[in-house]
Amino acid sequence: MIAEYGAFALIMALVSASGLTLLPMWGSFSGNGSAMNSAKPLATALFLFAAISFGFLVAAFLQDDFSLVVVANNSNSLLPWFYKFSAVWGNHEGSMLLWVLVLCAWTFAVALFSSELPQVLYARVLSIMGLIGVGFIAFSLFTSNPFARNLPDIPADGRDLNPLLQDPGLIIHPPILYMGYVGFSVAFAFAIAALLGGRLDAAWARWSRPWTNAAWAFLTLGIMLGSWWAYYELGWGGWWFWDPVENASFMPWLAGTALVHSLAVTEKRGVFKSWTVLLAIASFSLSLLGTFLVRSGVLTSVHAFAADPERGLFILVFLLIVVGGSLVLYALRAPAVNSGIRNAWLSRETLLLFNNVVFLVATLTVLFGTLFPLLMDALGQGKYSVGPPYFNAVFVPLMALLIPIMGIGPFTRWRQDDAGRWTKYLAVSAASALAAGLALPFLGQGFNLWVALSVLLAVWIVGGLVIDLHLKKSGAQSWSLVFGRQTASYWGMVLAHFGFAMCVISVVVVTQWNVEKDLRMAPGDSAELSGYRFDFHGSGSITGANYRGDEGVFTVYYQGQRLTELRPQKRQYLASGQVMTEAAIDAGFTRDLYVALGEALGKDGAWSVRLHYKPLVRWMWIGATLMGFGAFITLADRRYRRAKAHLRQGREALTYG
Amino acid sequence: MGRLFLFVPVAIFIGLAGLLYRGLSLDPTQLPSALIDRELPEFNLRKLGTQDYIVRDNILGRVSLLNVWGTWCPTCVAEHPYLMKLAAEGVPIIGLNYKDEDTKALGWLVRLGDPYSVNITDPNGDFGLDLGVYGAPETYVIDAQGVIRYRHVGEVNQRTWSGELGQAYRELIE
Amino acid sequence: MHPKRKKRLIVVLAVVVLSSLGIGLVTYGLRGNINLFYPPADVIAGKAPVGQSIRVGGMVVEGSIQRSDNSLDVRFEVTDYAGTVPVLYSGILPDLFGEGQGVVAAGKLDTLGIFVADEVLAKHDENYMPPEVAEALEAAGKKI
Repeated sequence: MIAEYGAFALIMALVSASGLTLLPMWGSFSGNGSAMNSAKPLATALFLFAAISFGFLVAAFLQDDFSLVVVANNSNSLLPWFYKFSAVWGNHEGSMLLWVLVLCAWTFAVALFSSELPQVLYARVLSIMGLIGVGFIAFSLFTSNPFARNLPDIPADGRDLNPLLQDPGLIIHPPILYMGYVGFSVAFAFAIAALLGGRLDAAWARWSRPWTNAAWAFLTLGIMLGSWWAYYELGWGGWWFWDPVENASFMPWLAGTALVHSLAVTEKRGVFKSWTVLLAIASFSLSLLGTFLVRSGVLTSVHAFAADPERGLFILVFLLIVVGGSLVLYALRAPAVNSGIRNAWLSRETLLLFNNVVFLVATLTVLFGTLFPLLMDALGQGKYSVGPPYFNAVFVPLMALLIPIMGIGPFTRWRQDDAGRWTKYLAVSAASALAAGLALPFLGQGFNLWVALSVLLAVWIVGGLVIDLHLKKSGAQSWSLVFGRQTASYWGMVLAHFGFAMCVISVVVVTQWNVEKDLRMAPGDSAELSGYRFDFHGSGSITGANYRGDEGVFTVYYQGQRLTELRPQKRQYLASGQVMTEAAIDAGFTRDLYVALGEALGKDGAWSVRLHYKPLVRWMWIGATLMGFGAFITLADRRYRRAKAHLRQGREALTYG
Repeated sequence: MGRLFLFVPVAIFIGLAGLLYRGLSLDPTQLPSALIDRELPEFNLRKLGTQDYIVRDNILGRVSLLNVWGTWCPTCVAEHPYLMKLAAEGVPIIGLNYKDEDTKALGWLVRLGDPYSVNITDPNGDFGLDLGVYGAPETYVIDAQGVIRYRHVGEVNQRTWSGELGQAYRELIE
Repeated sequence: MHPKRKKRLIVVLAVVVLSSLGIGLVTYGLRGNINLFYPPADVIAGKAPVGQSIRVGGMVVEGSIQRSDNSLDVRFEVTDYAGTVPVLYSGILPDLFGEGQGVVAAGKLDTLGIFVADEVLAKHDENYMPPEVAEALEAAGKKI
């Protein structure tokens, strides 16, 4: 009966979402207070039913209920329980239900934490969240029902979870990524509600900002986890492939990064309003586009779910309604663009605008590259593929353009700044960046122009943060006083920018100095790589809970000292027959050593082996984590809580509609 | 004038949506192939469960489907009911029992029903190699003159039959 | 010029400059970084360009895989049953690579008609499998 209860709960969720879409929205236009007040209980019901439905699906997986098609196709009785759990979202239907659950969780969170909003705005925001919920719950129920039964032939055992997904990283990666992806729906809902009300102002920006930062933080962490997973689980040491599915999550991130910065301007200065609204719509639209690309089979990718044009059509129609509708609303209601330029050239507004333009151009170029094969196919020009070189050629110069500005932005004043105030500090920052750029590469493998540039740019970013603190310390104040006076938002920004600097160094260093060797190694062979010696001792058979395979044994020496032993594996999973490469990694703060087995060659026990030396590769994930945590820290800012208190007083005065 | 700029995003989106709609009917995994509109290769293969031999000319004269299957192929189980339905509607289906054993194959047909007008065996996959079979299931639309007019890889079901596969068959029938 | 108008002019100029920069980058990025797919039959027919990055795909011909004894060089043939192209590759082949399997190789065609690959990808579709995979499944003792 589990399946029937689960499906029933999902239907009830659909009913709640429909109610949430219609009632509060109607109330907000007709001025019916009780209809508007129904938003909170309806959002709560929506979340509860979605959670119950999801809970039943989890139970079906944990109990090996192979009468369910998804369980039979994606799980197996031999799986450890935690992989049975993560198998829930290791397939299209289950991950769609997770999508729905995450959306309902965000809706519920808005209902709980934004209850201080003006009534009309509150009702409309939740109502728009409800509309998105209707679309995706209906999609789940009608095109990809996770509770579909396998009758009458119930299989004795399941076909197993794809071994690639049998990994701890995949337990947390999808939920976090979806939290980010779907989280932009809140910023979207606020933007649409504000457009409907015709009032876009600093207050609107202040309300939607913490939600946007939270979503951005989740998305950053989600992408970081995906990259980390690809690095050790796809087997070959790559950490970013510019694969369509990766791009699908990266585009909302780029637009979201622009949004996070643009919201700051709108909140502080009340300008860029149309632009910020457009970015809010764009970020969520790109999330929806990503969902479409991943699930429609329009593009080929290693990560894509099985192609199904019918599902694609459903999402496309939904995309047309939501995105098309919101863009038309935008065109009709957004304040006209030429609201006058009130700031001077040298001001934080201008620099942040520059940031926005760069991120927008980056988003569009990634979008273009991702859709290019589709475009050529549609035009009958043949089957093309666009590889990483395109994306690197486009993306790297754009980021390089951004960073010089990042080193000035934090301490530039709003409205108008006088460069004379800080030119001398900037000269110090430039000099130290240059010195570091010239000197630091010698800690690695000697001078390399790209590495030098990346160090220079990273130090320049950090230099900007230091100058800012220095400028804030006016006169003889103690440092502790200066530190204590800064807001959570400020520290979040510092942490995120610092993390970004780490990522810049890491990406360039690992690209430039990565040493990779594909070798044929027989037992007793040894290989040298960047001063490390790898001795291969041969391989033996291993048996795991649901796989068999071979394990190679390598000992690593550094400067004659035995450093560690690495045991890469080649596994064949019993239920699916799929072969998996499990790399062995010696992780470190300054470098990773990476060994993967290719295939057995000949009779002398030889294997094809890939050896990697990856300097500073961890900095990328550490940096991205700092960026995510930085964004989380901004949520603690007192300003957002004070805004609530303010509101409570002035609530009667504010009327929206 | 300023307001007109605000319509730019909608215009871009409409173009994009058009492209995506077109994309739904294109299959990125389908790579160009020279197999279509080629003569069905000559063969001389044993009829399933007998010692009789069948050659190419025996199966010509009408539009038919050639379905590659095997008892080892899980998706073949999935498409079997739909093949039964097509057979009941009068679509002639020639079975190519690919890399399989007679006893298993006959048992399968008894258990699940037999949608095939005739079944030929290719235990070693020699004919499959001539034909260009990658795996199973595959279904070919063959016209009355023995020319391969369409090749479908994967499951035959309601969706694929209302799509290009069925389209190719229906066009030939008319 | 009115200062406000002057500012607007500069903004428009900045937008124009930045978008041309974007378009320039895209055009530059696309040059030589996109690969068109050719079936082996087209390669044999001389329709594929020599010395340019392209992709070739089809089935690995049974019995065509030859490995070097002391390096990772491998030679195999890819066919679409209407044409066959020899492929040279040096490096580790993907887990799903094998005779009778579908592959897509990216690389360049040399003047002798040999395709020198720098990347080999195996195609895989769980709803559609070659008999060998099914046998492996059966050997693993699983009924599907």
